[in-house]
Amino acid sequence: MKKTYLTVFGTLAVLTLLTVGVSYLHLNRAGAITVALLVAGIKVSLIAAFFMHLKFEKKVIHGIFYTALFFVLILLFLIFPDIGLSQ
Amino acid sequence: MQTEHLESHPETFIRKWIFSLDHKTIGLQYMFTSLIFLLFGFSLVLLMRWQLAYPGSALPLIGYYLPDSIAAGGVMHPAGYNALGAMHGTIMIFLGVVPLGVGAFGNYFLPLQIGAKDMAFPRINMTSYWVYFIGGVLMLASFFVPGGAAQSGWTSYVPLSILSPGQTMWLLAMTFLITSSLLGSINFIVTTLNLRAPGLTWSRLPLFVWAQFVTALLLLFAFPVLQAGAILQLLDRIAKTSFFIPSGLIVGGAPVEYAGGGSALLWQHLFWFLAHPEVYVLLLPAMGIVAEILANGTRKPIFGYKEIAGSFCFIGVLSFMVWAHHMFVSGMKTSLSYLFMTTTMIISVPSVAIITCFLLSLKGASIQFKLPMLFALAFLPMFGIGGLTGLPLGFTPTDVYLHDTYYVIGHFHYVVVTGSLIALMGGIYYWFPKMFGRKMNEFWGKIHFWTTIVFMNGIFFPMFIQGLAGVQRRLYDPTVQAHNLVVQPTNVLMTYSAILLMIAQIPFIVNFFVSIFKGEKTEDNPWQATTLEWACPSPPLPHKNFEKIPTVYKGPYEYNVPGEAKDFSPQHLP
Repeated sequence: MKKTYLTVFGTLAVLTLLTVGVSYLHLNRAGAITVALLVAGIKVSLIAAFFMHLKFEKKVIHGIFYTALFFVLILLFLIFPDIGLSQ
Repeated sequence: MQTEHLESHPETFIRKWIFSLDHKTIGLQYMFTSLIFLLFGFSLVLLMRWQLAYPGSALPLIGYYLPDSIAAGGVMHPAGYNALGAMHGTIMIFLGVVPLGVGAFGNYFLPLQIGAKDMAFPRINMTSYWVYFIGGVLMLASFFVPGGAAQSGWTSYVPLSILSPGQTMWLLAMTFLITSSLLGSINFIVTTLNLRAPGLTWSRLPLFVWAQFVTALLLLFAFPVLQAGAILQLLDRIAKTSFFIPSGLIVGGAPVEYAGGGSALLWQHLFWFLAHPEVYVLLLPAMGIVAEILANGTRKPIFGYKEIAGSFCFIGVLSFMVWAHHMFVSGMKTSLSYLFMTTTMIISVPSVAIITCFLLSLKGASIQFKLPMLFALAFLPMFGIGGLTGLPLGFTPTDVYLHDTYYVIGHFHYVVVTGSLIALMGGIYYWFPKMFGRKMNEFWGKIHFWTTIVFMNGIFFPMFIQGLAGVQRRLYDPTVQAHNLVVQPTNVLMTYSAILLMIAQIPFIVNFFVSIFKGEKTEDNPWQATTLEWACPSPPLPHKNFEKIPTVYKGPYEYNVPGEAKDFSPQHLP
């Protein structure tokens, strides 16, 4: 178990370095956002699955997590036209 | 269970009444505290109503005792009026109705109705109450800090709220109140999922439990968004960040000292993403109580049990997709307006379904007009008015005219006051014998009921007339606009109705406290009801509720079952 946690920690550290490294590439706005979201998505998934024990939980806990995720996506999707596109 | 060791040991006074782990004591703590806050929040509005009826005249009796930040020399000034308005809304919603409906009734009766010994996490439950208490004290303390209490409405729209005095305390207090609600909601969800008595399947759950369960999910999913928003607003105020401050903002002819680049609309989205589900947090527990009382008072199974439970769940999901109907005139994208207009019309369907089921439950019943039943029956038409007057606000063409007028105030007061609060009062009369082993006085209860209903309508109905006449909300002095003068006499009617409504609560308060000590003693099941809370002693046993955890054999509303000797068949009897 300890090995798993250390592997996840190592992966998170590498992904952080990747984010820093990508900033030196000076990608255009769309590219930078895509890479940042992709890296953040992988990191969040790893943290939720291992450090927050979601991988080892019952289905009902998964259900509550995915319901929350669903509402967060609704919030982001529906305020995007107002907030994201108005800049 | 964590409290098992407490059952056999004597408890100190502090452990028993102050830092209690017993869900019943915590429920009572919530009940007393929220009732005091409701009374206080209502008192604030009496001061505002005097100003609206007689603008600029000194407040009688208490005007000279008020702090200068509200009414210097006994006459209310605009900043004081704004502070009272913001605090009235905040206190009534976050410190009054929600803690009464969820904290008090949910805490006390959800474990009893599912046949549990206590909540799943008693210590988290106790923490939830005390965090709420700290939030309440902070909110009240904000009246006494330099600059006074928050003045930007209960909605705290930016950038006004970031630049006005008093808001820091409001945000800190809200952070405590939200934390309290989150702790409570986790407890309610886990308790309902894991601690149901043997045989209590989902299709046998009382509707009150269904309502509390959906409410807990709403709190869990909606409140973190406002929590995050409140912390961002706090940073804007204290650390001078610009999450909600747009570029180039000029106030009073001078540019504000902020970097800018933020979005004022973002706050409105984050706020209403919480605050619309919050409307159903105010409403669902009340509907659950009405369902319990109606089944008992009609001596019939409730009509459409599955449809009502399904409607609660449908409302729960859809309430997260309607929030921007509060923002039609905010300048948000019109394409979004169409979507939110559609979802708003759809969410009225389950509400109408619930009320229709309640109405059909009355059909062919030999109704017993006992005290709780009067409140449950009054809920139906009153909530009906509140709900139906909401429809024109959900359509953009009509909302453009009605937005920010007194029509809106009338609409949501009919929903929350003559709807939720009336049902919650009915709940107090219904469950009082279970909580204290005594009944409240029927005669004084009826006096309380009839006067309350009449005076509530006296306050809220003229609001529709004023709103249609174009009177704006949040107006310190309505007589400054000529078109308001036509309906100014209704302000006098509303003010005297409000004063009389306050007087009408005296019989309730006296009845409540006298009955705790001297009320007529009752048996364990005085209403001859079927659900599990009536299967334990009145009041229930400390820390374990039931002599023996009951087994459930049937649905929650088995009244007048053909072939049975009695007209009710309790859930725990085979």
